[in-house]
Amino acid sequence: MNPLLQIDNLETILHTGAAPVRAVDGLSLQILQGETFALLGESGCGKSMTALSVMRLLPEAGEIVAGSIRIGEEDLLLLPEAAMRNVRGKRISMIFQEPMLSLNPVMTVAEQIGEVLRRHFNLRGAAAQKRILEILNQVGIPDASRRMKEYPFQFSGGMKQRVMIAMALAGEPELLIADEPTTALDVTIQAQVLDLMRDLQQRDGMAILLITHDLAVAAEMADRVAVMYAGEIVETATREAFFRSPAHPYSQKLFASLPGKARRRQGLPLAAISGNVPPLSREFVACRFADRCDHVWELCREVAPGWSEVTGSHRVRCHLFNEDSRPRAQEPGRGSQGPESGVQGLEGSDGSDLPAAPDRESGFAGSSLLSVTDLKVHFPIRKGLVKRVVGHVKAVDGVSLTIRQGTTLALVGESGCGKTTVGKGILQLIPPTAGSVRYNGIELAGLERDRLRQMRAEFQLIFQDPYSSLNPRMRIVDIIEEGMNALKVESDGKASHAEHPSPVPKGSRVDALLESVGVPPETKWRYPHEFSGGQRQRIAIARALAVNPRLIVCDEPTSALDVSVQAQILNLLKALQSTLGLAYLFITHNISVVEYIADEVAVMYLGRIVEQGSVDEVLGSPRHPYTQALLSAVPVIDLETKREIIHLHGDLPSPANPPAGCHFHPRCPHVMPICRENYPETSTFSSTHTARCYLYPQEPDPASPEEPGSTSPEEPGSTSPEEPGSTSPEEPGST
Amino acid sequence: MSFKPVILWTDALVYLLVAAIIAFAWYVRRHEHLLAPWRRVGHSTSGMVALTVLIFFITVGLLDTVHFRPAIGNSSSGKGDKVYSVEVLSLLDLIAAPLRTRAEKTYSAPFASHLYGRETVELADGRQVREYPRLNFGAAHLQDPETQLVADVAWRAAAGGALGLLLWCAVVASLTALLAKRSGKKYLAAFSDIWRGATGIPWNAICITLALILSVLGAALALSTHYHIFGTDKVGQDVFYQSLKSIRIGLVIGTLTTLMMLPFALLLGITAGYFRGWVDDVIQYLYTTLSSIPGVLLIAATVLMMQVYIETHPELFDTIAARADLRLLFLCIILGVTSWTGLCRLLRGETLKLREMEYIQAAHAFGVSHWRIISRHILPNVMHIVLIATVMDFSGLVLAEAVLSYVGVGVDPSMISFGTMINAARLEMAREPMVWWALLAAFSFMFALVLSANLLADAVQNAFDPRAKIWSAKAGLLPLRGRREGSKAKPVSSAVEDPAQP
Repeated sequence: MNPLLQIDNLETILHTGAAPVRAVDGLSLQILQGETFALLGESGCGKSMTALSVMRLLPEAGEIVAGSIRIGEEDLLLLPEAAMRNVRGKRISMIFQEPMLSLNPVMTVAEQIGEVLRRHFNLRGAAAQKRILEILNQVGIPDASRRMKEYPFQFSGGMKQRVMIAMALAGEPELLIADEPTTALDVTIQAQVLDLMRDLQQRDGMAILLITHDLAVAAEMADRVAVMYAGEIVETATREAFFRSPAHPYSQKLFASLPGKARRRQGLPLAAISGNVPPLSREFVACRFADRCDHVWELCREVAPGWSEVTGSHRVRCHLFNEDSRPRAQEPGRGSQGPESGVQGLEGSDGSDLPAAPDRESGFAGSSLLSVTDLKVHFPIRKGLVKRVVGHVKAVDGVSLTIRQGTTLALVGESGCGKTTVGKGILQLIPPTAGSVRYNGIELAGLERDRLRQMRAEFQLIFQDPYSSLNPRMRIVDIIEEGMNALKVESDGKASHAEHPSPVPKGSRVDALLESVGVPPETKWRYPHEFSGGQRQRIAIARALAVNPRLIVCDEPTSALDVSVQAQILNLLKALQSTLGLAYLFITHNISVVEYIADEVAVMYLGRIVEQGSVDEVLGSPRHPYTQALLSAVPVIDLETKREIIHLHGDLPSPANPPAGCHFHPRCPHVMPICRENYPETSTFSSTHTARCYLYPQEPDPASPEEPGSTSPEEPGSTSPEEPGSTSPEEPGST
Repeated sequence: MSFKPVILWTDALVYLLVAAIIAFAWYVRRHEHLLAPWRRVGHSTSGMVALTVLIFFITVGLLDTVHFRPAIGNSSSGKGDKVYSVEVLSLLDLIAAPLRTRAEKTYSAPFASHLYGRETVELADGRQVREYPRLNFGAAHLQDPETQLVADVAWRAAAGGALGLLLWCAVVASLTALLAKRSGKKYLAAFSDIWRGATGIPWNAICITLALILSVLGAALALSTHYHIFGTDKVGQDVFYQSLKSIRIGLVIGTLTTLMMLPFALLLGITAGYFRGWVDDVIQYLYTTLSSIPGVLLIAATVLMMQVYIETHPELFDTIAARADLRLLFLCIILGVTSWTGLCRLLRGETLKLREMEYIQAAHAFGVSHWRIISRHILPNVMHIVLIATVMDFSGLVLAEAVLSYVGVGVDPSMISFGTMINAARLEMAREPMVWWALLAAFSFMFALVLSANLLADAVQNAFDPRAKIWSAKAGLLPLRGRREGSKAKPVSSAVEDPAQP
């Protein structure tokens, strides 16, 4: 078959700053009719620039300096701009990452799709309306005839992405470029969108260029895979070949840096790739990965590797696979590289500098450090001139959890379910509406500001976005010292600081902290913008550690980071936990991170915890239908078993107006009449494992004889949750 | 003593401001990390050129700020007590004495030798003719202005310009010597460094600007001794002198008003945004109310009340200048009080955004006190707005002064300001033949002043925003940046040392 898209030796340059940035440097690829081609890589590798080069939508500073891009027989780079407009949206269309930003907020959905139809098919009036309705139905927007007249803000994130896909499909393109189409979406919504894309592709036979950083998404979707690194493709293979045996050391490292249960069992730290993607403004003469590669030898630093064939269509740009240049029997294979700790210097610095607290481990090991009972955080909705309270957003509605000294509790749930609010409510950054938060036996809720301030050193917070969590106008040293200054003043007489009777000079303590998180101490005079995302997150961790906390609330600390950097941060958090005996409340939506780092898991849905237990219990034998659906929606890199995704319909309901009865019932595949009436009581499966669902016996009696880890429980009136095909589409939750 | 120093209210505030700036500069010099952004300002070509021009204005303004009363002869009582003139003069007045004293009868065009209008002149023989009379001072040294004027002007301009360039050469030579000494290079090497632009601070641009200023200044000074280079106004005063005098009023109104306004805007805007709740409500009602009252009315009422007070208490003021000055001060205050609402609203909005930032949350988690969060986290992050707003206001305030002078509530009529000049020009432009030079002079001085202030503020803002560099790089590299990590920030070494700096 002739290739649909053929890119040869594409070079795109961005003219920014002093040296031009070679965003894409000699890239060649082919996409066949009707196939899905995944372009994998970390951020800053030039994936998006490749897509924009194909669309010829580069930013002002960008310029394509060499190469050719052919679609069919046409060379896009030779077309005049006017002709290019007939290609965009018609032959090639594109879906962007952020559906919230890529729809015009002041145009209705129908108008936006209508624009495409008018441009490419000259379709107007009733004919256009009919076609719009048809497309919206295709992408699975319920009640499309009404919703097409609505504005984007009236749609949820997943629905917006569907609208975006509808717009892209309106031109009936031959090639769809999807630039991280699901990165901004929740995992259950991601599963819906990926399914939709797959279905549409099968029906229309269009080709998809899928740009993603997520190996699992690529494993689910792609026919062929190419790995991009520093502006060039380093490996290309079919999906099977790639996921069975990735060849390039970079690809191997990407796999090894994925967190998961297996890794945890082995007790290994994740194989983090040290360093960062080199700046593309540099001139490359040798292998671009040489500085971060474990298999590097002299040749790698001298000659840029060409393409070598591994098997058939599996080709790789690495000297290891070149028969002529291979020096010795250095067989690359998965897992051959030694575990690389992301915490350089942790071993090197002696413990005296570190905020180690030996008394803690002896005194409190195993005892509960934090216990939250029936925590409620309600935000009033005010309306009218006098700001009368007309209702409450029940962000957190009765959450109870316990964290033991030195352990990690993961709080899992979709965005908008109140995870972050729980974290902030515990830290008293948002005053709780009701319930109690007992830290070490001391009630925090309602504590006056001064008393609370003295306690602040004990529990700290790490944020999701390392770009907004550090004040851009403060130097690193000031950022780290801030907490020390603010808390030391009052806490002079406190016992926990007895280890520093003669205060260590603050400067050297900052150095020790930075060293312990793997940031060179000499960089402490710089400003945050001079650091990469991973380094910033390390600095944020150092800031939290500066006041010797015992509990750290980690609010999605890795979701803004690349896989390899995520591995570095997870390793660091684990290492710090084992040396300092920290307890973590780990808020995340990433199940594989939970598998790797958590001891216990609490699954949250719409302000309440629906299932709670040890990590093996909850992830191994999930009981609540929501947990089951959530786990099944997580894409996995597993070529053999075709798992069954439990489809959830609709989106998370609004916490201002939660459904009556069990909050999950509008989306639940096992819904029963009773679910619509009352919120279920706790069902206990083991001493640690509990869930709230009517599928299981509703007895608050702790002596439940239920076997933990048994196969799916047989309950009257319901089908087994594991049984495929039990997804009943009743009551779509969308409003 | 042949003079008695006089410190007017605005003088005192200007001295205070200068002292504060010197203290700040001294403090910054001792702290490397505070110095770094100012170095970046020093490396900006447009900023340094603007600063060079601004320094000229500031020098004139400061010279005009040093006031004194000269002694007049011996006292009549003969007891040795000196009597001081009721006229308060400034250093500028002293330097520009020839300009100040050589008043003509009425309008005359720039470089004119005759008055602008015909007058009936009685000749020696008793005949009366209507003609353009010769000026008393302008071009008075010429026998036959018709033929000699152009050549004389050209010659004097060239001579003055050459003198200015000579001075410039001396300045450049000493500058080069200084740089050579600091960098430990040879004199010639340092000289070629300057001209190749190899120095951190763009000395070549500064030198070129300085050459322009000095040659123009030299020519202007050489000419102004024998001509009215910007003409004369209705009562025959030299417009060039008036423009120079206006600089101080412009600077005082621009800076002091801003100083009056800033505490209100900063304090109220940030507290409203930060604390929200009833504090926010109260402050919002306050500024909504204030901004719905026509500002001009409020200013007029205050200034008129002040005027009444001044006139009913003549014993408090020993000179006219003191009265005029108090009025100027109150004008600054009332302008400040009425103009903080816009900036306050901006700051409230920005603070509302900032208080939700994660680094503020982190500070809360450390138990950092509210005022410390405001001063350490929020204030530095809104400073760029303050800087832009103040510079924008600077030109607006100078214009507001002109409007108020028109209504009659501006500066005291005895003071010369751009406002009074522009106000006078209103009638002059309507006259036939048109008198254009007063407006042109006011326009070009204000233009140079405001433009250079704007350019400098631009440079300062760029240097102080640590994100500006990254943004410009990011904007190109990642137009679609979403939740995922953006481009790797290239480490910008703050240790880039300027060889010229110690």
